[in-house]
Amino acid sequence: METVLALLVGLLFAISAYLLLSSSLIRLILGVFVLGNATHLMIFVLGRLTRESPPLIQYGLKAAEPGIANPLPQALILTAIVISFSLFAFLLVLSYRAYQSLDTINTDEMRVAEPEPAGTLLRGRDV
Amino acid sequence: MLAATLAPFVLAVFAPFVRRRVGDSAGWVLAVLPAGLTLYFAQFLGPVASGETFVFATEWVPALGISLSFYVDGLSLLFALLISFIGTFIVLYAGAYLKGHADLGRFFMFILMFMGSMLGLVLSDNVVTLFVFWELTSITSFLLIGFNHDKPRSRRAALQALVVTGGGGLALLAGLLLMAQIGGSMELSTLLANGDVLREHPWYLAVLILVLAGAFTKSAQVPFHFWLPNAMEAPTPVSAYLHSATMVKAGVYLLARMNPGLGGTEIWQIILMSFGGVTLLVGAILALRNTDLKLMLAQTTVASLGLLVFLMGIGEDYAIEAAMAYLFAHSMFKGALFMVAGSVDHGTGTRELGRLSGLGRVMPFTATAAGLAALSMSGLPPFFGFIAKEWVYKGTLDGSLPLILTAVAITGNALMFAVAFLVGFKPFFGEPGDTPHKPHEGSLGLWVGALTLAVLSLFFGLFSGFAETYFVGPAAVAVAGIPLAVDLYLWGGFKAPVVASIITVALGAFFFWQSGRLSAWLARVIDALWGPDKGYDQFMDGMIGLARWVTDVLQTGYLRRYMLVTFLTLAAVLVLPQVSLSDGFVLKTPPFDPLVWAIGLLAVVGTLAIPFTRSRLAAIMLMGVLGLSVAFVFLLFGAPDLAFTQLMVETLSVVILALVIARLPVFGTDWRGKPRFVGDAVVAALIGGAMAYLLLSITATPLDLTLSEFFSARSYTEAYGRNIVNVILVDFRALDTLGEIAVVAIAGVAVLGLLAFRHIDRASDDKTGSTS
Repeated sequence: METVLALLVGLLFAISAYLLLSSSLIRLILGVFVLGNATHLMIFVLGRLTRESPPLIQYGLKAAEPGIANPLPQALILTAIVISFSLFAFLLVLSYRAYQSLDTINTDEMRVAEPEPAGTLLRGRDV
Repeated sequence: MLAATLAPFVLAVFAPFVRRRVGDSAGWVLAVLPAGLTLYFAQFLGPVASGETFVFATEWVPALGISLSFYVDGLSLLFALLISFIGTFIVLYAGAYLKGHADLGRFFMFILMFMGSMLGLVLSDNVVTLFVFWELTSITSFLLIGFNHDKPRSRRAALQALVVTGGGGLALLAGLLLMAQIGGSMELSTLLANGDVLREHPWYLAVLILVLAGAFTKSAQVPFHFWLPNAMEAPTPVSAYLHSATMVKAGVYLLARMNPGLGGTEIWQIILMSFGGVTLLVGAILALRNTDLKLMLAQTTVASLGLLVFLMGIGEDYAIEAAMAYLFAHSMFKGALFMVAGSVDHGTGTRELGRLSGLGRVMPFTATAAGLAALSMSGLPPFFGFIAKEWVYKGTLDGSLPLILTAVAITGNALMFAVAFLVGFKPFFGEPGDTPHKPHEGSLGLWVGALTLAVLSLFFGLFSGFAETYFVGPAAVAVAGIPLAVDLYLWGGFKAPVVASIITVALGAFFFWQSGRLSAWLARVIDALWGPDKGYDQFMDGMIGLARWVTDVLQTGYLRRYMLVTFLTLAAVLVLPQVSLSDGFVLKTPPFDPLVWAIGLLAVVGTLAIPFTRSRLAAIMLMGVLGLSVAFVFLLFGAPDLAFTQLMVETLSVVILALVIARLPVFGTDWRGKPRFVGDAVVAALIGGAMAYLLLSITATPLDLTLSEFFSARSYTEAYGRNIVNVILVDFRALDTLGEIAVVAIAGVAVLGLLAFRHIDRASDDKTGSTS
């Protein structure tokens, strides 16, 4: 089963990289979203897959029975999901505010921090 | 011994306070320390002369074999005495020379730190300690040369010295560590005692080249000789100290120290003799080309260093004795002459040879010192310089060596003879010259050092047995690594070395007579040539140009360019090791599981559609599809906690996304033309492929479950929880979870801040009349 999910993870990374390479702020945000999911899934697959046996200890037992799902990656992913959600929410609001202040969602035109050097105006701009 | 080495550093810290408290006579107070150190080292003279050596070791980093160990033998003792003895007079001299200078306190601080570094360098036995002090001398000399930091030329000279000697230092570090690796010890005394192990090892050549790179840059051998004359931008006390007995001699010290371990091979002889010989001639010729007293002395220092390296290269008994004798003589006469040049500058306002004459009457002490030191430098009897030069010829005239070596030595010495008379006599005789201000003799501090050193040059010439027993003899024995019978004398009968000396004097007198014409002619020829000093500038410009080019390529200011660079680097890091290191893996054919395939298909279709959608609503929905399929995967493979969290978070994300995306303009276009589309797609495919490949190859290897088993076993027995994931989060890794909560809180505060500041932004926009 790891094989199928590994290929899916690869696809998610490819799509997120494509979105992150865009000049449009919205697509960038979507890219971050996909990247988060790709990473979580990757950590999950790295811990190996076990069908339908959650890491719980049954009543009456002191330790888990063998054959349960690997608990460690799950704990790590749980932390990661919450943090990537925080990042995503912050990024959304930041992009919204950037649009309000700069009146553009094209990252090529956001040049407050690194102004265009004289004479090379729109040098790297396509279309 | 450790205390003696560190004492200058400690005093350096207090030097500015001493200066503030005592005023301009602070030099006399601070000179007490180097004077005391001289006496301390002097007590070793007797035992070392009788063949004893001393080791003082303090542990530093025992795990790495690094200790603060110091080794006293004839060689290190000779250097330590020169450093502390000349240092005493330099401190006095600096107090007088820089009298009233606002930064005199800082100057004392630097020079004391330098003194400590030099002492540490020559006394170190541990290779790492040696390197630390070696680089400390580079750094402190950078501070000293750049003392007049408001002058661009000073700054350039300081930086140049640091780049050249510091760069050589790095090579030296590599060489020293290789040596330690080969010899199995960090202590030089142990390493050098087994020299054959080093010489016969296949890495010998690498070690030799690295060590020589350190020594040649420090001791200003051609083609690294250019930094030394440039360093004359420093105040004269610095030049007198760094370029007579200390900084530049460190390279020669290193060669002498390494001689028992690395020396004596054919390649050692060839490299040292050729570099040393060329440096001797280049330095001596450049000295005659200059007309500034300090620059002339600086160039003769280059020549003398060349001569010393040349002698170390010959490596026979007489040559080693000659090297030590010449080193001893040079430290005295060159230290004296530099101080004289500074005093003349101080007394008249110029160092230009053509404008100086007839100073003898008004500056009697300085003139006496200059005359005596110049006689020693020109190698005339009965000065110690004469003995040193005789021994140089004894070394080169050793039957088996080609006669050209003697010819090189004679030419170099003759040129230095001429320069010695130009510097030491010409300014003091004849009619008074036209100087910027009326010449006057300096205060006691300005001439006492020069006069003492000059008189000592005569003293050791007359009582050569004293120099032989206590200074030159033990040092030569340490360098040779085997007992030598050293017997210095003034007159050994009318033999070949005396003939060579007579030729030297005759040739030197001719050069002196023709010096004006020669100097002008040399100036015309040399200035037209490309020199390493220009090469240094070109090299530095090239480095800056390269840095600018790299910055321009990598940091265009376009976010997507940064992304591209990041992704390409990531792809390279992921792909290259797998291609070169991985020995492949067996791809497991997955069993057909309709539920998994269905969810997978949903995720694939949902994700693939994202880049192509042109509608906001569709994009939001596709995000939901992706989040949901991931939640299903979690649910299916035994992670219900993850699934629930994912469901909640994805729902919330999609809601916020919908809120924001509705307020942003034009969704459809992303300003990507066709070529960029193809390029980006290739990069994306590369990243995706590399990630999938990485994951496949990792899952094909066995998994280490130690941690998971630990948590499974302890979850109930120690933390009383049946949900292992939850126990890990709130118990075993509780601090992590606290950090996670903090991140959420900070993100929330930041979002609030962003939204709250909107009004301020708007208000200021209104004031400036922006149309935002």
